Amino acid sequence: MSIGSFLLRRIGSGALAILGVSVLTFLFLHLVPGDPVDHLAGGDAPPGVRLKIEQCMGLDRSLPMQLALFFGHVADGTLGNQCRNGDPSGPTVATRIVEVMPNTLWLAICGMLVAAVLALPLGVLAAVRRGTWIDTLATTLSLSGISVPQMMFAPLLILWGFITLGWFPGPTEVGPRAILLPAVAVGTHLMAMLARMTRSSMVEVLGEDYVRTARAKGLPEGRVLFVHALRNALLPVITVAGLQFGSLLSGAIIIENVFARPGLGATLVDAIKERNYPVVQGAVLVIAVIYVGVNMLVDLAYGLADPRIRRA
Amino acid sequence: MKLSPSAWAGMIMLAVYVVAGVLGPLIAPYDLTSLHVELARQFEGSSSAHWLGTDASGRDTLSQLLWGARSALELSVIVVAISSAIGLGLGTIAGWFGGWVDELIMRLVDILMAFPGILLNIAIVATVAHPGVPLTIAALCANGWVGYARVARGQVLALRERDYVAAAVALGASNRRIMLRHLLPNLMGPALVQMSFGLGSVIIVEASLSFLGIGPQLDYTWGAMLDQARNFLWNTEWVRIYAVVPGVAITWVVLGANLLGDGLRDRLDPRQRGRG
Repeated sequence: MSIGSFLLRRIGSGALAILGVSVLTFLFLHLVPGDPVDHLAGGDAPPGVRLKIEQCMGLDRSLPMQLALFFGHVADGTLGNQCRNGDPSGPTVATRIVEVMPNTLWLAICGMLVAAVLALPLGVLAAVRRGTWIDTLATTLSLSGISVPQMMFAPLLILWGFITLGWFPGPTEVGPRAILLPAVAVGTHLMAMLARMTRSSMVEVLGEDYVRTARAKGLPEGRVLFVHALRNALLPVITVAGLQFGSLLSGAIIIENVFARPGLGATLVDAIKERNYPVVQGAVLVIAVIYVGVNMLVDLAYGLADPRIRRA
Repeated sequence: MKLSPSAWAGMIMLAVYVVAGVLGPLIAPYDLTSLHVELARQFEGSSSAHWLGTDASGRDTLSQLLWGARSALELSVIVVAISSAIGLGLGTIAGWFGGWVDELIMRLVDILMAFPGILLNIAIVATVAHPGVPLTIAALCANGWVGYARVARGQVLALRERDYVAAAVALGASNRRIMLRHLLPNLMGPALVQMSFGLGSVIIVEASLSFLGIGPQLDYTWGAMLDQARNFLWNTEWVRIYAVVPGVAITWVVLGANLLGDGLRDRLDPRQRGRG
């Protein structure tokens, strides 16, 4: 398969999935009981306010018309109106998402950095010292990273770093250092998967002929490990990291919740709770696009780096 | 079956979880069904009356841990059973029939995978003002089946080329018979691996939901205990026990499930041995 048709197929199925998510969300929102106007205006709001909110959300139109309206708002880039007071000229859903996105993005980048810094040495070390106590220790460490719930780890991190020692800023604080604890919380969790991947990939590569050749021709072990082996072992690691990054961008809700950092995930959860249809639809769409987009980029990068994949 | 020591460790850890879940409420020192609040005994440390201390309402922590085990066990077993039944069924059908059936099912899988699972779970649970346990179960199953479907489909695509399947077709066996008697039994191995990993993730997701205050408002689930702990972080001495108790319980089950899953996978596919 050529790279062009590979790309087209992936974009096609990705777009189809995103469309499916949007339509399903729309149907779902309108099928479940509960009046969005009650939530936004309060049950005892005067009829005038209720009517304004209904009109703003387009709830007075037919269902197909409402779906069409939503796609119209996607096309003009506003994703619709937040309809807080039924004011059709109020802030758009896109504004709200753009507001919270930097929080999410910054946490994702810092969390990934922490994860990579921890995982790569741990994985390489475990692979090189395979079968020794170092391997067991590294494997146990990474398994516990997966198993320890963030709901315990993140609060204990605050307890230790902020309350007891006072070295780090606590939740709700701003400033460049405020990212440290959340990034550690996110990173240690992701580290586990990455370290496991690095280890297994390195183990495989270390058994390859070209590594034996490199050793046989007398290259220093450091060069063999990091230039010959690690470079080739990194491909699956980068894949996992990419997928993790994608899910971080759609919101690390537990960490955002514990550290009171409003991000994309928290915005969606709030919007679901208050039945704000336009915000739910908009946030779901953005999350799906990011998620599918990152997955596609990862696939593509993989296809470019390893031509064998494209044939599959 | 020959299993590695770590897989045995995982199995024993899960066995402890099952025993705690089955016996929990029976052996718990205090009854949690009454909404009895004893503020005079709140935030207590370990004592002979309360081995693991008490919570913010003066309730016994050990009892909460044991009742929490029961509620986690019920939920996780039901979710794994339903999602694996749906997923293995749909995956087998997709792999065996192929064509538009396969296309339809796999597009649905694509849609569900185009979105972070936990957000979908939240969306479903948050639609009702006072969700009960059945809704949480439904929410977790709504996308829980996807993993099983992928495993089953992949296996069936490989199995359908086997001679014994060709023989069954030649003998005129019905599609139903082939799927139930020849395909499903032969994909139980990979399905077990998936069930083991699935159990771990169900526990985490369920605890996350109750931690976020989304879901049945039971105050003795492990997630709700962790939620309570982080709300009283300033109570540093107390929280050191109260946060760690449910946290370790969750870690225990998830670690057990992962160890067992790894072990089963290595056993089934020797090429994977020593990986991961």
